[in-house]
Amino acid sequence: MNKVENNKAWFLVTPVFLLVAFSAVIPLMTVVNYSVQDIFDQNTAYFVGAEWYREVLNDPRLHDSLLRQFIFSGSVLLIEIPLGIAVALMMPTRGWTASAGLILLAIPLLIPWNVIGTIWQVFGRADIGLFGWALNGLGIDYNYASNPMDAWFTVLLMDVWHWTSLVALLCYSGLRAIPEAYYQAARIDRASNWAIFRYIQLPKLKSVLVIGILLRFMDSFMIYTEPFVLTGGGPGNSTTFLSQTLTQMAIGQFDLGPAAAFSLIYFLIVLLVSWLFFTTITHLDKAK
Amino acid sequence: MNYSLKKKLGISAYIFFVLLPIYWLLNMSFKSNSEILGELTFWPKDFTLDNYAVIFSDPTWYMGYVNSMAYVSLNVIITLMVALPAAYAFSRYKFAGDKQLFFWLLTNRMAPPAVFLLPFFQLYSSVGLFDTHLAVALAHCLFNVPLAVWILEGFMSGVPREIDETAYIDGYSFPRFFIKIFLPLIRSGIGVTAFFAFMFSWVELLLARTLTSVEAKPISAIMTRTIGASGIDWGVLAAAGVLTIIPGLLVIWFVRNHVAKGFALGRV
Repeated sequence: MNKVENNKAWFLVTPVFLLVAFSAVIPLMTVVNYSVQDIFDQNTAYFVGAEWYREVLNDPRLHDSLLRQFIFSGSVLLIEIPLGIAVALMMPTRGWTASAGLILLAIPLLIPWNVIGTIWQVFGRADIGLFGWALNGLGIDYNYASNPMDAWFTVLLMDVWHWTSLVALLCYSGLRAIPEAYYQAARIDRASNWAIFRYIQLPKLKSVLVIGILLRFMDSFMIYTEPFVLTGGGPGNSTTFLSQTLTQMAIGQFDLGPAAAFSLIYFLIVLLVSWLFFTTITHLDKAK
Repeated sequence: MNYSLKKKLGISAYIFFVLLPIYWLLNMSFKSNSEILGELTFWPKDFTLDNYAVIFSDPTWYMGYVNSMAYVSLNVIITLMVALPAAYAFSRYKFAGDKQLFFWLLTNRMAPPAVFLLPFFQLYSSVGLFDTHLAVALAHCLFNVPLAVWILEGFMSGVPREIDETAYIDGYSFPRFFIKIFLPLIRSGIGVTAFFAFMFSWVELLLARTLTSVEAKPISAIMTRTIGASGIDWGVLAAAGVLTIIPGLLVIWFVRNHVAKGFALGRV
């Protein structure tokens, strides 16, 4: 759509700007302030410049959890985006089955995150949980509390269970917006199912996929509650992701300065990667 | 026809996978703690409603639901009120800094909560909002407003601007046009946005817990009470978990047709 140049539009965005700035800018400034000071108590603080940044950047704990975090978020995107598209394509399109399907799909999204961790904590146990019991019954030696690989697998599966529905719901509604005429034309051309998907459905899904990919990236990169409830980040450090390392620093040891520096670096990483996703996908649009 | 059978099998398998942990949660909520921890049973042996009775008879428990509902509703209302005009501006006009503002809004979803909690606590305490529903509702706007603007902008771009122009020629003022003509056209977008705002606010825990102590304590924070000296009260925790799903089910029931009808109407 051709947009009209009109700076009065600022009147319409001012409420959003003020509202978000109130909750965003002041806390952000506070964190920046923490990150360059050594704080002893309310009234005693010394300016230390970039020391915390140097310390945090050389901290092996940060490197480990950052690597773990990237592997985790990468796996999440690689599994949930294609699976979500597939689920959306398989959903019934009309009638009561479509409503029922939508409602059932949405259930995992509506459960508070700490409850999700709790459900899987029991569900995965071999003695009293269905999932752990079934895996052990199949002859797989599965114990998320003692085996790091199993814990990792459980956190990943839990995330897939929890969030694939979001991608599926987005894609489903995106698919519903494709006019019937496109499919009729494709049928006349005797297009294969694959061709219909590749040249009609996928391009039409692009805008909702941008939302889906960005949301899933940001949220999975900040995952905290579920692995924390499941195993407390263990066994060992196998499911300790960035947020948890950060929380240990800020609340566990009360190292406010380094923790603030850490969270700003963290913030910049999310910002940079999201920006890359955002511009790459928007750019593809212009290239066409 | 063969193809559609495969589809049916696929979607059934996926929904089965989604429901299995939910079935386990329901199953647990009707069992006593000794049965939950004692053995694996696929169906409660001694069916009991005691766990639910605990929640409905204790005000600190059920008020948690009331508090959560209060700040979530407030959040949805505030989000829609500010996001609707902003989304209209983004979809219709070019203005100084529009792209930067759009991306800046989005960056507010990206701040890691752990360290921002303390500054949040200080900010809301200093303006006297601590432990109010409004505090949580405002804080949740941080991640809901950007998403709402994004989704609504997509819907609004699907409405041809000739409609705006015709309305102005017919003598409609901007507010009257917006409320009488434009909002009904993007009904489904508003439904979808409300659902997303509801969902993200309903499940958020860290901010809600930090900004409240007694008066506005959310249900997800109250659930941690079941972890006592004698271990976790699994049965009550499961029952409380089941009850958290219900308000969301009602919301998705009301917007289900909108989700199917018109998301991404214009951006596709």
